[in-house]
Amino acid sequence: MTAIPAPGAGTAAVGARRRVPPAIRRRRMLMAVANHSLAIALSIMFLVPFAFIVSTALMTNQQMGSLSIWPSPFRWSNFTDLFDFFPFWRYAWNSLLYAGLGTVGVVLSGIPVAYALSRLRWRGRQVSFILLLSTLMIPVQVTIVPLYIIFVRLGWIGSLKPLIVPLFFGDAFTIFLLRQFFMTIPEELSDAARVDGASELQILLRVIVPLAKPAIAAVALFQFLYCWNDFFSPLLYAGNNPEAWTLAISLQQLTQLSRGILANLQMAASILFTLPVIIIFFFAQKVFVEGVTLTGVKG
Amino acid sequence: MATVTGRLPAAADKARAAERRRRRRRSAWRRQLVALAFMSPWIIGFCAFYMYPIVSSLYFSLTKYDILTDPVWVGLDNYRFMFTSDGRFWTAVGNTLWVVAIIVPLQVAFGIGTATVLIQVKRGLGFYRTVFFLPTMVPLVAAALGFVFLLNPGGPVNAVLGFLHLPEPLWFRDPAWSKPGLALMSMWMVGQTMIIFLAAMLDVPRHLYEAADLEGAGPIQRFRHVTLPLISPVIFFSVVIGVINGFRYFTEAYVVSKAGDWDNPVGTPQDSLLFYSSHLYNQGFEGFHMGYASALSWVMFVVIMACTLLLIRSSRWWVHYQGGFR
Repeated sequence: MTAIPAPGAGTAAVGARRRVPPAIRRRRMLMAVANHSLAIALSIMFLVPFAFIVSTALMTNQQMGSLSIWPSPFRWSNFTDLFDFFPFWRYAWNSLLYAGLGTVGVVLSGIPVAYALSRLRWRGRQVSFILLLSTLMIPVQVTIVPLYIIFVRLGWIGSLKPLIVPLFFGDAFTIFLLRQFFMTIPEELSDAARVDGASELQILLRVIVPLAKPAIAAVALFQFLYCWNDFFSPLLYAGNNPEAWTLAISLQQLTQLSRGILANLQMAASILFTLPVIIIFFFAQKVFVEGVTLTGVKG
Repeated sequence: MATVTGRLPAAADKARAAERRRRRRRSAWRRQLVALAFMSPWIIGFCAFYMYPIVSSLYFSLTKYDILTDPVWVGLDNYRFMFTSDGRFWTAVGNTLWVVAIIVPLQVAFGIGTATVLIQVKRGLGFYRTVFFLPTMVPLVAAALGFVFLLNPGGPVNAVLGFLHLPEPLWFRDPAWSKPGLALMSMWMVGQTMIIFLAAMLDVPRHLYEAADLEGAGPIQRFRHVTLPLISPVIFFSVVIGVINGFRYFTEAYVVSKAGDWDNPVGTPQDSLLFYSSHLYNQGFEGFHMGYASALSWVMFVVIMACTLLLIRSSRWWVHYQGGFR
């Protein structure tokens, strides 16, 4: 019974060793069918909510009341009506501003810190790294009260500033991920540059950054999506000023306007909000799947 | 270190040695300065956005403070009120524990289950993995609104349940069914947990499975005695992170509570969705009880630090599977 396929890496080594008796082959075949049916059933479970949401977004108001699942006729104009309903582009712009500037800030401030934590030898490095790791776990809610008070004093409540400015002072997750990557770059490369008389800044910019492009792209992507999806901080700091709402906040507000009656428009807005993320996901799937396994903390 | 002991050195030798040492010390000092310059963004950020808030919220937690007037010292009154008289605090703790004790284990179990299915499938793994992971990419607000729609009493899920002659709960309108509704949603968004377990399972050495086969172990025994022990560090990791996330739990509950009517209080229906962070938000930023909110955030801080310490202390145990944490 040595030829029973072991669950695991799935390489074809097992079958190649010996000719497989028909009984076992039949059994293996049945196993494969069972596994695939299970996987297909799960796939349907994961996909059905998407299907319902998309079909609802295309329904007319009358169809919403009926029990029909398939929209007839398709009301594509829901997606254009949306723009009359609320200033979509303003909110999209705010979301882009938050996500774009936030990403720039996090990358710019994270790279030198990760470099110092991984490739420079200095006193206090270990302590700093442990402090960094402990902040990794601290949710925003822990520090929110004094920060809110500071931003009230600065007069920043009702703007995007409290969201963006702190991101220019290092983000633990970004620094951690970049540090892990910088550690894998061979020390000889830096040493060679050092012998040539390069300063640490030059080594960072000319040697490390070009080699770390994939990691930098990954953290930039994570941060962009984090900001795009973020709800708590924009609600807290910009919630009182509709001019500064991001899409995430406005989506929530849309339920207020519609009071659940216009679920079709609401779902259409959700789709417009989600679509960029899904598109990014399909183009950069590897980054997500590998990034998640690298850290296991946050995606 | 101005003098050098040893055999009588020539004056020039001595001077050279001292010079070398001075230069080495200067270069060490320089290196330290360079490092600190590189670190400066984080040092400023750490002081301004972690150190200061955590220390000052300890102070605020001992005061009564509404931002408009100066803080008034009240000693431990906030903590006393929290633990003895604030009924909603205990409701919030109970609901948060519900997340930790039911949603987190369910998600871990479902993550292991889906990862097991994926690992058994030889062909089409990439396709299934994409499909299983896709819901994780949906922004929480959109996902929560989607589930409010899917689970509304006249909505598609209840239509299906009605078709099958099963009971049709009121989900987010019914305090008894609102948390199970959120549990369903977190099952749907199992992707990240699943990916972590998938990686851990792929790390299990194949020869162990072959050995189990030789011993005549069936699939269940193989899972129970080979896979499970080897991925247990990851289970531990996921559960501790789950506790921390339980305290963070806010967006889903907030969106669901307010979806029916914007004026609904946080925690609707009937405080069944009042979680720890919702309570903190409500106290601090709807009621402007900054002192009390600080006390809440300090309790949260202590619990989370304990969890983090547990994680770091145990890191040697799970580090292997997470690709070199330290």
